[in-house]
Parts: sequence; structure tokens; C-alpha cells
Amino acid sequence: MIVMDESNISFFKDGLRLDGRRADEVRPIKIEVGVLARADGSCYVEMGGNKVIAAVYGPREVHPRHLQEVTRAIVRYRYNMASFSVEERKRPGPDRRSYELSKVSREALEPVILTSYFPRSVIDVFVEVLQADAGTRTAGINAASVALADAGIPMKSMISSCAAGKVGDTIVLDPMKEEDNFGQADMPIAMMPNGEITLMQMDGRLSPDEFRQAMEMAIRGCKEIYEVQRKSLIERYNQIEMEPISPQEVESQ
Amino acid sequence: MDRKVVIPGDLLSEDAKRSGEGTFIKDGKVYSLLYGLANYRDRINVIPLAGKYVPHSGDNIIGVVKDITFSNWIIDINSPYDGLLHISEFPKRIEADEMSRYLCMGSSIMTKVKDVNSTMKVELTLNEKKLGLIKTGRVIEISHTRVPRLIGKGGSMISMLKKELNCNIFVGQNGRIWINGGAEDMDLALKTILIIEKEAHTNGLTDRIVDFLKREKGARS
Repeated sequence: MIVMDESNISFFKDGLRLDGRRADEVRPIKIEVGVLARADGSCYVEMGGNKVIAAVYGPREVHPRHLQEVTRAIVRYRYNMASFSVEERKRPGPDRRSYELSKVSREALEPVILTSYFPRSVIDVFVEVLQADAGTRTAGINAASVALADAGIPMKSMISSCAAGKVGDTIVLDPMKEEDNFGQADMPIAMMPNGEITLMQMDGRLSPDEFRQAMEMAIRGCKEIYEVQRKSLIERYNQIEMEPISPQEVESQ
Repeated sequence: MDRKVVIPGDLLSEDAKRSGEGTFIKDGKVYSLLYGLANYRDRINVIPLAGKYVPHSGDNIIGVVKDITFSNWIIDINSPYDGLLHISEFPKRIEADEMSRYLCMGSSIMTKVKDVNSTMKVELTLNEKKLGLIKTGRVIEISHTRVPRLIGKGGSMISMLKKELNCNIFVGQNGRIWINGGAEDMDLALKTILIIEKEAHTNGLTDRIVDFLKREKGARS
């Protein structure tokens, strides 16, 4: 941990951030598709120190019945943090924060899902945060979007999500834990690659100019993440294609 | 054939008239709705790699009885929606209190989707010659997205399998497949169908399967 006294924190060293990134650089991203055998679609995402796993089930029958919609599928999104995901043990189970994140994340994804194709059913999305390092909601949305595609659910577009923030009077992309805790502002967004924004939150303060700058930066971050999402989905299929056909292999199964 | 992996939202064509299955049109351009394989013919179709079976009227499917109500059998059809088989759709006239004597809980049936309405009430029928209760053979389950490949162009793959494997095969659109034949033939059929499921998206599959069957049969005799 860095020094707790807020007055003498410096977020930059030789023009680089504490973890060696430039101000407009995202943390390294790793995406793996289809990691859970029993889910209809799944995805594991690492964004810097964040590790999240998303599972999609459905469309399937709605339980409890009264939630059912006659003309469309409903979408349920559960964001949950593992008790071991943060330094100080988090009390397990839903709390006010995770209820809010579940709601905004669901609303970030719902506009692209063609729910009218599956009346009277439900699409369940579960996002588990295994390790948190600021920006877990964005990592969760990125994972959920890939998992939905993997489940074969019709969507108008993918969704990518990234945050921008303000630390030490500088706008930075994808803040990590230290910058988030001791920074001046944090603004996560989610968007389609064509530029439509489906989630925008902010805490802290930004001037109109700073806001525009942060927005621009976050949009660039989303586009970068979109390319990684796209690559992971396409490479997964190419992997399947490359597996050779051998009767011995089939025999042993 | 021109095929390509696409993800949701990918631009497929500038010509709205080429929009096929698994695509949508926005501002006069065609985009993909699904993660799957885009097939460029006159129309562009995107074939999904995964997904749940959604029943359509006229589909031949295999279902399992999961409940019996007054005058209806509730059928699990491997889909988010249950199938309803009304007593009047049974080929013989039977009384409501005798329903479980003909089809009991857990019975597998070859059936046909008679009608699906907009609230996804799925009505099934047994009133056709090849439909009915499954008494012998085996039922296996694959992803319904692989069914078109198992059948092949104009039924080429499935008729070849029936001939080469010496088995009777009924392919349900919902991904359930009934095989009936000698024990050894069924084992080989099962193995072959699992290969087809795994490699459904590759080119020249029918030829490779013919080779595979030749080798397997050669090893046996």
C-alpha cells in the first residue's frame, strides 16, 4: 500500500503512473471464452489486477413464474464479489453496492439483446469477482458481453466497458486501486463499438472540459477492449478448426 | 464456399437485400446478430455455434414425457419451452384416465410440432406414420445447431450414414437423435455422430466421415 496521508501522494513518476503506464493506457487484458462446461456461455477476464468470471444460462424457463414477460425474455444480472476478492475480507452476499452494480450492468447490456426472440423466458447472467483492483464493474460487463455471444444469444452488437478518472489533476484511463481510492474522480462507461453509450456513471468532480477529455479517453479504451473481445471469440473458433481428426483420439474417449 | 467467423454487430454487406437468417438491417446495411459462421451466398446467413432450440411449426423432434395433466402430456423438448401433446393428437382414441397406460412419465417419443403461437405455446402431434413411442434403440443428444450438418445438403450425410451404418436413424431438429440397429452398429453410429458434432463447421466433412467409416469397419472385420 502507498502512504495513507492524502496530502503527500504523488501519482506520477517521470511522467508515468505508479504501475508504469502512461496516462492514456489501459492495463493488460486477458480474455478466455468458454471456461465453464455446464454454463451455456462463459468467459474469464483479467484486466490488470481484476479477475472476473461470467456465466450465462438461458434462454430458459422463468422461476419464480410471476417475473415472466409474455412478449419478451427478461434479463437477470447478478454481480457478486467473492469474500476473498479484496484485501479486507468482504462480508459475503449481496449488499447495497452490488445491487446497484447489478442493475446498472444489466441496463448496460439489455439494449443490445434481442429479448423479443424468446418470449416467456429468462437470460441469467452471473458475474463473480474473484479479485478486485478497481474497475470490477467494467471487467464484469466485458466478460458478460463475451459470455452472451458465446451462449449464442442474438445481439445487435457487443458491449465494451472502460473507466477514466482524474488523479493529481490529470485525466487517466482505467484507474487502478490506488488511483481510484485517492483520486479526484472516477467515470466508468459502457458502449457499443459504433459509439452508442449504454452506461455512464461518475463519482467525484470534473469540469466540462475535463469531462470531455475523460469521455474521449474512455471511448478509446472501450474500442481497444472491443478488439481484444473480438480476437478472443474468433481465435476460439479457429482453435477448434485446427484440431486434427484422428480415430484413436475418438476411441479413447 | 465463402465462410467466415463473425461476432454480433459485424458489418456483413452494404446491400440490405442480402440479409438472411441471423442478421439484421440498420440504415440499409446488413449486420450479424450472432457469434457464428457467416455463409456468403445470394443471401448472407449466420449459423450460430451455440444456442437453445426454439421450436417451429413442422419440426420433427424427440421429446420426453415429464408430466401428465388432464388431457395433455407435458413434453420436455430440449428447449426453454415445454411441448403440449393433447390426447386428441394420439393416433388412437383413448380416455383421459388411461393416458399413462400409453405414454407414461419418462417415455421418449418421436413427435412433430403442429403449431407454435406467439406466446410460445408449443402443440405437438403423433398423428403421422413415422411418429410414435420409442421402444428400442438409443437416443443421443447433440447441440441443435449441428443438426443441419448431420443431415447434409439435401440429406446427403444422413442417407449415407443410414446405408453405411446399417441403422435406422431419426434426427430431431431439437438435437436429439434416435438410432436403432445392431449393438455394434449403434456404437459406431454414436461415435460417428459425435465426430460430426465436433467438426460440423469444417469443409469436406462427408468425405472424411466416409473414410472414417471405412477404416472402422475394416478394423472390425
